Amino acid sequence: MVERRSILDFIPHLVLLLGIVILAFPVYVAFVASTWDAATIANGHMPLRPGPHFLENYYKLLFVGTGSSTREPVGVMMLNSLVMAMSIALGKIAISLISAFAVVYFRFPFRMAAFWTIFVTLMLPVEVRIYPTYKIVADLNLLDTYAGLTIPLIASATATLLFRQFFMTVPDELVEASRIDGAGPMKFFFDTLLPLSITSIAAMFVIQFIYGWNQYLWPLLITTRDDMQTIVIGIKKMIVTQDALTEWQLAMATAILAMLPPVLVVIVMQKLFVKGLVETEK
Amino acid sequence: MNNVQLRQVGKVYAGGVEAVRAISIDIPDGKFCVLVGPSGCGKSTLLRMVAGLETISSGEIVIGDRRVNDLDPSERDIAMVFQNYALYPHMSVYDNMAYGLRNRRTPKAEIEERVQEAARILEIGHLLDRKPRALSGGQRQRVAMGRAIVRKPRVFLFDEPLSNLDAKLRIQMRVEIKKLQRALGITSIYVTHDQLEAMTLADILVVMNKGKVEQMGPPLTLYERPATTFVAGFIGAPPMNLVPLPEGGLPGLKLAKVPGSGRLTLGIRPEHFELTAPGTGPHALDIDVTVSAIEAVGSETFLYCAVGGNGPEIIVRVAGKSEIEAGATLRAVAEAKNLHFFDDETGVRIAD
Repeated sequence: MVERRSILDFIPHLVLLLGIVILAFPVYVAFVASTWDAATIANGHMPLRPGPHFLENYYKLLFVGTGSSTREPVGVMMLNSLVMAMSIALGKIAISLISAFAVVYFRFPFRMAAFWTIFVTLMLPVEVRIYPTYKIVADLNLLDTYAGLTIPLIASATATLLFRQFFMTVPDELVEASRIDGAGPMKFFFDTLLPLSITSIAAMFVIQFIYGWNQYLWPLLITTRDDMQTIVIGIKKMIVTQDALTEWQLAMATAILAMLPPVLVVIVMQKLFVKGLVETEK
Repeated sequence: MNNVQLRQVGKVYAGGVEAVRAISIDIPDGKFCVLVGPSGCGKSTLLRMVAGLETISSGEIVIGDRRVNDLDPSERDIAMVFQNYALYPHMSVYDNMAYGLRNRRTPKAEIEERVQEAARILEIGHLLDRKPRALSGGQRQRVAMGRAIVRKPRVFLFDEPLSNLDAKLRIQMRVEIKKLQRALGITSIYVTHDQLEAMTLADILVVMNKGKVEQMGPPLTLYERPATTFVAGFIGAPPMNLVPLPEGGLPGLKLAKVPGSGRLTLGIRPEHFELTAPGTGPHALDIDVTVSAIEAVGSETFLYCAVGGNGPEIIVRVAGKSEIEAGATLRAVAEAKNLHFFDDETGVRIAD
């Protein structure tokens, strides 16, 4: 084995390196673009090394805003996106934990009907039911609010299913031992089930945070005020202007900024995330 | 008084399956009762009904002087040891044992004292900070017992607690459970499918089959005077030889006296045979046999023999090593007091 290692190890490494280069290069170009001034990019001869306008561009973006199209500083957009992604992720986890708990541990009439109803909503994502959902949110006067932005996206069949599958692998004896130990259903939920679900919750958080952060269509519909728009919408607005010069260095800087929070979440939660998807610790 | 009384207890599952049928057992204070039977005989269901984990369809269960039918498991003052231990995986050994006490709002100092005492008794004091996954099977078993002990319950319930351990550890833990139960004097109900465990642990042995009690009493009484062929075939390893006697007798088998009339099953334990040369006798029972297989385990040897050369198979135990070889023809004899007769149809013992 040892003597064959050098060549056998080299090929997969080469493939991996190639993949990384292909994936990372556009990100690098975006970063480089965000450090030059508008004129350098516009003339089509942007160098492949970082330019001198890094601090200037990012400062202007975060606290002042672009000149024409979006007006609000990106700092506000990032805050909006953060509130939306966090609310959606935490809301989904909370609701799904409770509904999975109900479906797995309680025997109530129409239990399976309730479960299948939740299941069927998998086939009705926001895009499909966008008109009725918009109508409800509008009638409730929730346009341009965080509530309107997040609540319709919170109900989640995926997370409910995942937690249900996990709960079903928790041995029945644990429930019975809890009952004998004098723990009621809610005490069992908080003392035993929740600590055991930590890794699944972390995995769910990562997935749902990114899902929430990347939302485009729904925020586009529901927000009209500039101070309510999310960063994803912000990027879009920066580059569609037709009669003005697109401030590419700012658009690219926004893209880089928009990328950071999800990356941060993944890096921080990586260990728990992988554990939650791969192993079930019991 | 922490006696346990089961009065005509029955369990019918939705769908009409009768798992337990009108069982009455009286367990005096401090006694060790073992429920034994093949899988599906209802022994675990019965135990879980005492624990309150299964509802009671009919009859009543009384612990001490309280009818517990409608009480929650936590209110019945019982503690249970599960087959897979059911330790809380995310809690330390200490917390596992303290959890039930905390839920009962026991003062902190008393929890500390009780857990330490249980840990001392079970010799797990050095493991208190560990998580269950860092323990061996035997250690987990001890923690599960510790969790039961700290509660100082009226009744211990054991649901096949040793079946996940390897053979050597099982014997060791069996002895410890027995000692512990004696020392604490807590009324116990123990479910197992292992007849050896049942024999060695029980003060009162209850043999169950198909949701009913076949026989109950002191273990040796069941061994010496099994009430049915089922008990005869279940208790003892290897079990009692049961030979149905056809009308007109079995070739090669001679009985000095046959009790009663009708068709019978003859029962005789492997260790109650003596071997003599062919042609000697007569004794209370003479069987001419041909040895077909030999199992030597060192301290004893089991001979698998065919009655009359090609009849039903019986097992004969010989102490120590044996010079006998397969194919040998012998005469197996037995004394009258060691013969058991059962009705061939009902399997019930015929009074003698």
